[in-house]
Amino acid sequence: MSRTVYDLIGLAAGIAFILALKGLSHPKTARRGNLIGAFGAGLATLVVFFYSNEGSSLPLNNLGWILGAIAVGLIIGVPAARKVQMTQMPQLVALFNGVGGGAAALVAIVEYLNLGDQATTAVVIFTVFTVIVGCVSFSGSIITFMKLQELMTTRPVIFPAGRFIIAATLVSVLGVGGWVVTALGTTPLLILAALSLLFGILFVLPVGGADVPIVISLLNAFTGLTVAASGYVLDSTLLIIAGTLVGASGTILTRLMAEAMGRSLFGTLFGAFTAKPQDVAAAGEERPVRSGSPDDVAILLNYARRVVIVPGFGLAVAQAQHTVRELADLMISKGIDVAYGIHPVAGRMPGHMNVLLAEANVPYDQLAEMDEVNPTFGQTDVAIVIGANDVVNPAAQTTPGCPIYGMPILEVNHAANIIFLKRSMRPGFAGIENELLYDPKTMLLFGDAKASLTKVVSALKAL
Amino acid sequence: MDSMAIVSIFVLSVFVGFEVVSKVSSTLHTPLMSGANAIHGVILVGAIIVADHSKTNLELGLSVAAIILATINMVGGFVVTDRMLEMFKGNKK
Repeated sequence: MSRTVYDLIGLAAGIAFILALKGLSHPKTARRGNLIGAFGAGLATLVVFFYSNEGSSLPLNNLGWILGAIAVGLIIGVPAARKVQMTQMPQLVALFNGVGGGAAALVAIVEYLNLGDQATTAVVIFTVFTVIVGCVSFSGSIITFMKLQELMTTRPVIFPAGRFIIAATLVSVLGVGGWVVTALGTTPLLILAALSLLFGILFVLPVGGADVPIVISLLNAFTGLTVAASGYVLDSTLLIIAGTLVGASGTILTRLMAEAMGRSLFGTLFGAFTAKPQDVAAAGEERPVRSGSPDDVAILLNYARRVVIVPGFGLAVAQAQHTVRELADLMISKGIDVAYGIHPVAGRMPGHMNVLLAEANVPYDQLAEMDEVNPTFGQTDVAIVIGANDVVNPAAQTTPGCPIYGMPILEVNHAANIIFLKRSMRPGFAGIENELLYDPKTMLLFGDAKASLTKVVSALKAL
Repeated sequence: MDSMAIVSIFVLSVFVGFEVVSKVSSTLHTPLMSGANAIHGVILVGAIIVADHSKTNLELGLSVAAIILATINMVGGFVVTDRMLEMFKGNKK
């Protein structure tokens, strides 16, 4: 295949990626957009097998190894993607992003070893960039995965003098990067990779649980840029286009997400969450709360005119989406006005709750976004908060210095009655106390969300 | 490729990237992130190219690792995004 044909097919794949991102931005075209992207990626991969970069003969060298490695990747990747529960989606995306960053770093290292003395300064600079950012993306994503999977604490991990350690690591990364550029060699490059991996870990550890999605999105943009840099090194226009597209759109997406959560990107990355919760003492104290039975909840609902359901991650963990829909349908049949109040970051990622409720076939028109539903809480008789906590915590509005201060919340505190379905008094993902739990108009229903909801449904049916 | 062409491609791609996602609703943030994530899996192309170049066992070993990781990124990413979007489609009226 001639270089021209190869490049034209690469261009077609690049256009497919643009159409994919465009399609993914609108609900109606999203699925088609994704398929177009997959088609472009498949096409780009296929065509490499029919064009050899240095004029060497086809088939490609090491063809058996290449096909074998692709098969291994498929065996690992496809089942993971097909079987993952929707609740675990964010950590899977983090993991996929991390391996992509790792792949880009490895590609840069191999090409560097391969070129040896022939590498131009520009190529070496791009190699250094790819190794640093790819390794940071890899190790950082692994840490976000572990936080979301709760393999480690979701709270910010802060060491004494942590900032100095992070700064020192960054300085040494840049120093070694400079060393690689001036004194070519394998050892400096491997030291650079090791230090970059360390920096990725240190960079993500201090980020608190609720900010993790923003970091995943940022690392996603980083990986995109490494792919673009690899494209320069390998003289592939397609990789430059695809990587830059992801880098740019990922940056915008990161900013949009940070806005939806009411956080500045800078603050997220550099220690907004490092502030200590002010009233740590309260967490340990036994304070009186009003807990109720499923029957109490059913009676309250039966005489309500308007009910807003606020679903959170706990709902999804309990797999209670179908039961909550049953409850909503029952209330609607009793003539009660029912809406779901969806916080932009309900669940563990922006838009995650919409995916989870879509899984239970909850009709779109009952899902109200935060800006729509907030003004109506004053006329709402009952707000049912199911497995959510941080997104309704008034501390976000009233307590400057608390970790979620400034995040927009669903103002359930304006409703006449509030019902919390909770497993325990354990605080939410951000790890802070919610004063609303102790409010006199709040009733708590402890237990597994699905079991509790089932009891409420049968109690309500009996009324 | 001459550097001016590369700079042009890069800058134009940045603008296209900004433009296509600037008005996405928060409902689609997760699938969009996941889809963009799958697109950078196209580094698989780069991994295959370097595997073809590989002359030593070290190079080949690293390339094979890169191919495995990139395949997971690309294929897993598109499959998982499709699964998410399939659910959205199910309840459209």
